[in-house]
Amino acid sequence: MTTFADTSLTALRLLTELDPLLWSIVARSLWVSVLATSMACVLGVVLGAWLGVARFAGRDALLTVLNTFLALPSVVVGLLVYLLLSRTGPLGFLGWLFSLKAMVLAQALLVLPVVTALTRQCVEDAERNHGEQLQSLGAKPWLRSVLLAWDERYALLTVLIAAFGRAISEVGAVMVVGGNIEGFTRVMTTAIALETSKGDLPLALALGCVLMSVVLMLNVCISLVRRWRQRIDGSGTDPVQGVLV
Amino acid sequence: MSAVLQLQQVGVQFGAHMALSDVSLQIHAGERVALVGANGCGKSTLLRAAHGLLKVSKGQVKASPDAHQAMVFQRPHMLRTSVLRFVAWGLWLQGAAWRDALVRAEQALAHTGLQDLAARSARTLSGGQQQRLALARAWAVQPNFVLLDEPTSSLDPHAKREVERLLHEWVAQVPVTLLFSSHNLGQVKRLATRVIYLEAGRVLADLPVDDFFNSPLGETHPEAHLFLKGELG
Repeated sequence: MTTFADTSLTALRLLTELDPLLWSIVARSLWVSVLATSMACVLGVVLGAWLGVARFAGRDALLTVLNTFLALPSVVVGLLVYLLLSRTGPLGFLGWLFSLKAMVLAQALLVLPVVTALTRQCVEDAERNHGEQLQSLGAKPWLRSVLLAWDERYALLTVLIAAFGRAISEVGAVMVVGGNIEGFTRVMTTAIALETSKGDLPLALALGCVLMSVVLMLNVCISLVRRWRQRIDGSGTDPVQGVLV
Repeated sequence: MSAVLQLQQVGVQFGAHMALSDVSLQIHAGERVALVGANGCGKSTLLRAAHGLLKVSKGQVKASPDAHQAMVFQRPHMLRTSVLRFVAWGLWLQGAAWRDALVRAEQALAHTGLQDLAARSARTLSGGQQQRLALARAWAVQPNFVLLDEPTSSLDPHAKREVERLLHEWVAQVPVTLLFSSHNLGQVKRLATRVIYLEAGRVLADLPVDDFFNSPLGETHPEAHLFLKGELG
């Protein structure tokens, strides 16, 4: 109990005294995850919206693969990116391994299926319910996918927040491709894992508190967006009820 | 009179279910045709096939090259935008420049009495207002052939009357052909010049409105009997 209390007090001191080591790790984590989520969202929303409306041979098989990727373990993504970026890999010439770029790439690949699958579900539901009415006005599939994605933008905002939650809370991929190098590629989750194994519990706990706060803020954001939507024009369907952490 | 729409032995199949079987008919310019029958008899399927929203399994649907169609749905979906932009989107999708679309949308709203609601979110309108807005969007594209899928079935009597009034005004002002489905006996009598009665995907009667209500159809077909007695509306 004393150890827990001491650890908590030290963690609180690290947070309130703006410990530079702690806050540099937090800033790096946020930067990597924001960048990775942004990249995944640009591609994922476009791809998901198109998949929600387009009908083609092999679509069902593609959706099965996509949905399987939702459960992709982050260490597997890390391993694949590692193989791609390793000196002998197809992208080895980039020299990205054990850098922030590799971590961004790994997280982007990790959340891409999340954004794509949830966007696809959202747009497909909208297409089923009222795609016919847009079709009646002359909108072709690609235009319907754009219009329906725009029409479901608040639901998609929730998807983006969920994707960010997945990115910032994962540990396996960034550990494998980033190497957890102090002051360079160490982020919140990898630092927590390392400091816990070293016995430096206050720093691990302080980082854990920040991580939980970030996740809490995301859930608050989801809740605010939902209430705002309901106030403006009634409720809509949300593909995500909370952050996937 | 020239045919704006021709269906030749049209069949539509959903899995093992035949939604339409060997339906052949012609709709002529200026007609106001009501599609009637029980739920699941194929009214909506026929309207969708006529509008090109679904592929027919058999036969042919031929629309006249001069026919400019617009369709109004039973529950119009309101895009997450303002009332004015909702109408303008419809015009833009049909090729109008955005600025021109906004001007024409204002005219359409004025025509349907919704001009005061132009800035409001389309989703906050009542059911009756939403259906009037759907009519405004259809009116804005200036079609000469309008298809309506039970346009008043989910509305209260006041809203129903308002939508019917707009349709009456529309056909009185411009030459427009109507093909609409309805369960409402009174509405069919008030709006239609011709009635097509469907049962299990087949056309059982295709008669001028007065002849339909005096036909012996009800004596041989129990569902038609209920409809003619006004017990399905």
